[in-house]
Amino acid sequence: MKSAHPATLTERIARVVLVVSALSVLFFLIAPILAILPLSVNDSEFLTYPFRGFTWRWYETVFSSDKWRLAVMNSFLIGIPATIVATVLGTLAAIGLATADFRGKAAVSALLLSPLVVPIVIVAVGLYFFFAPFGLTQTYTGLIVAHAALGAPFVVVTVSASLASFDRNLSRAAASLGAPPVTVFRRVMLPLVAPGVASGAIFAFATSFDEVVTVLLLGAPHQRTIPREMFSGLRDSFNPTIAAVAAILVLLAVLLLVSLELLRASSSRMQRRGEDR
Amino acid sequence: MADLTTLPDGDLARDLKRAERRRRLTAMMLVAPLFLFLLVSFVLPIGDMLRRSVIDTEVAEVWPNAAAAAAAWDRKSEPGEALFAALGRDIRTSAGERTIATPARRLNYALDNGRSLVLGTGRALKQLEGEPASWRATLLAENPAWGERMTWIALADAAGPLTDFYLLTATDLMRDANDDIVSRPPERSLYLQVLGRTFLVSFTVTVLCVLLGFPVAYLVSNAPERVANLLLILVLLPFWTSLLVRSAAWIVLLQDQGIVNDILQALHVTSEPIRLIFNRTGVVVAMTHVLLPFVIMPMIATMKSIPPTYLRAAISLGAHPAVAFVRVYLPQTVPGVAAGALLVFIMALGYYVTPALVGGADDQMLAYFIAFFTTSSANWGLAAALGVILLSATMLLYVVYARIVGMGRVKLG
Repeated sequence: MKSAHPATLTERIARVVLVVSALSVLFFLIAPILAILPLSVNDSEFLTYPFRGFTWRWYETVFSSDKWRLAVMNSFLIGIPATIVATVLGTLAAIGLATADFRGKAAVSALLLSPLVVPIVIVAVGLYFFFAPFGLTQTYTGLIVAHAALGAPFVVVTVSASLASFDRNLSRAAASLGAPPVTVFRRVMLPLVAPGVASGAIFAFATSFDEVVTVLLLGAPHQRTIPREMFSGLRDSFNPTIAAVAAILVLLAVLLLVSLELLRASSSRMQRRGEDR
Repeated sequence: MADLTTLPDGDLARDLKRAERRRRLTAMMLVAPLFLFLLVSFVLPIGDMLRRSVIDTEVAEVWPNAAAAAAAWDRKSEPGEALFAALGRDIRTSAGERTIATPARRLNYALDNGRSLVLGTGRALKQLEGEPASWRATLLAENPAWGERMTWIALADAAGPLTDFYLLTATDLMRDANDDIVSRPPERSLYLQVLGRTFLVSFTVTVLCVLLGFPVAYLVSNAPERVANLLLILVLLPFWTSLLVRSAAWIVLLQDQGIVNDILQALHVTSEPIRLIFNRTGVVVAMTHVLLPFVIMPMIATMKSIPPTYLRAAISLGAHPAVAFVRVYLPQTVPGVAAGALLVFIMALGYYVTPALVGGADDQMLAYFIAFFTTSSANWGLAAALGVILLSATMLLYVVYARIVGMGRVKLG
């Protein structure tokens, strides 16, 4: 915020007001998440302050409970296959969209992205009716399909973004040197769009990992995922184990954020290296 | 010489065309798997759900003769003996076959005592031996409601295969005894209020998000890169934190024994805890918290692209800094603000989890009722009709959003 002339008093006041209000909003964003963390080690039966002493017992309760162990297993059992399906289909589609123009391309890409904006409850209710005759409600397959559909558009968006900065001459050069299309794809294109693919996969996994509406409507009782278990916990038995699970999920959020930042850094480094040459 | 220049030209054009066609085919084949996957897992299910909002075959499946007769009825004349007879026989058969619960439930959607009317008549007719002299007299003797025109209008509405009953119900409308479309009486209407509430909450959240997001976006986009990245983490960490965790956090903070109430009491703002959660305040606060990053990110993108020279030029030409900010800077932020605000509004319209967790009974939005009618009360037609309303509102705004932002330019985080 350099300005060409000395700041007047009003400008200085305006700047202080701006900085203070921005920082208060940032505090509003981050404080609730930080506030729940100490409660996960609070030696009290109630999920509330004041802090009464340190204990690991809420974590022990979580790790020794069959309910939460099943929830963790279900989250991965659904999240990982859903991420794989979303990533493979989303990457292929993004490459296809970037390869050539074809009739109806705008409509097709609008459709591919529409799960991003259609309310999840609509998708869940639609699948609830649609899956019933095929016996897919209350199955892992049904939930994996639902989560893959919700996650795929994120992959399309991130891979498209990394393809937009991809220098097409590189694959042309490889092809003109005699590389067959599959080799061009595998050895030239894929490494360059890999950060975009990985970011998309993270988005798709996070979508599945935090999704509760489709699990509520389509899942069987033994298919409760972590967010589904949190949902009942918040409604029925509000106790400090919730804080312990929350703390673990915040840690996971930090990991996701860090890996995405690393991916972004690596992809921009790759671009810069490309420009230097 | 002529051959050498013309012939290869023709070949080249043909080759280029063929290569272009091959490329187009490759593109389509790459897009096809996801397209087909989403067609089956997304488009068809939603289409199937929407279909249910106008299709009504439950009654016709159990009472085929009565449904056919009611559908053929002109809805104006007095129902004749043939109509009564068709219904009476169908009720008797369905009571014997124990399938009567379905039409009873369906008529209960439209009539105050529809279920007991149908089930009671069914119990009575099951005892009936042979054909009565007058079905009309028999049914009226059993329950005088069979003589009311409303009953027959409800039956004709439910006779299928198509009906506007659910869409009318979802907008608090109904057909009266004269088959005219009128407003439902206040004690039987709910959904316009829910719709209004959904829009009001979404609008409030959107306004709050824009007002709160603007200074953050401005600070981030004008700060040195290192500071900006640090500030951005404070926006992105909540974004990546589970929705359930954030709801839990707000319950902890805003509950009666929560930190916020403790502070308010310590500051003597209030002497006893104020209700801040499980009501509208909780919903608005938690939803604003969840959706704030979605408005901040597009605003930052726009603000970063605004050249600082414009503002400087305006000031150096003598404009008061405040005037320059309002007249020169602010208009340039409109695309980002509009995109972010629309995105937040669209997302807020379909919210289910947050209001369900931090709201009270009077704060539940459209999405809650759609899920409720799908699972708890199995009124699938009404769930679908409410879904039509929610989806149309969302899609309409999505088209506006796509116009402003441009379809290919959707960006994340």
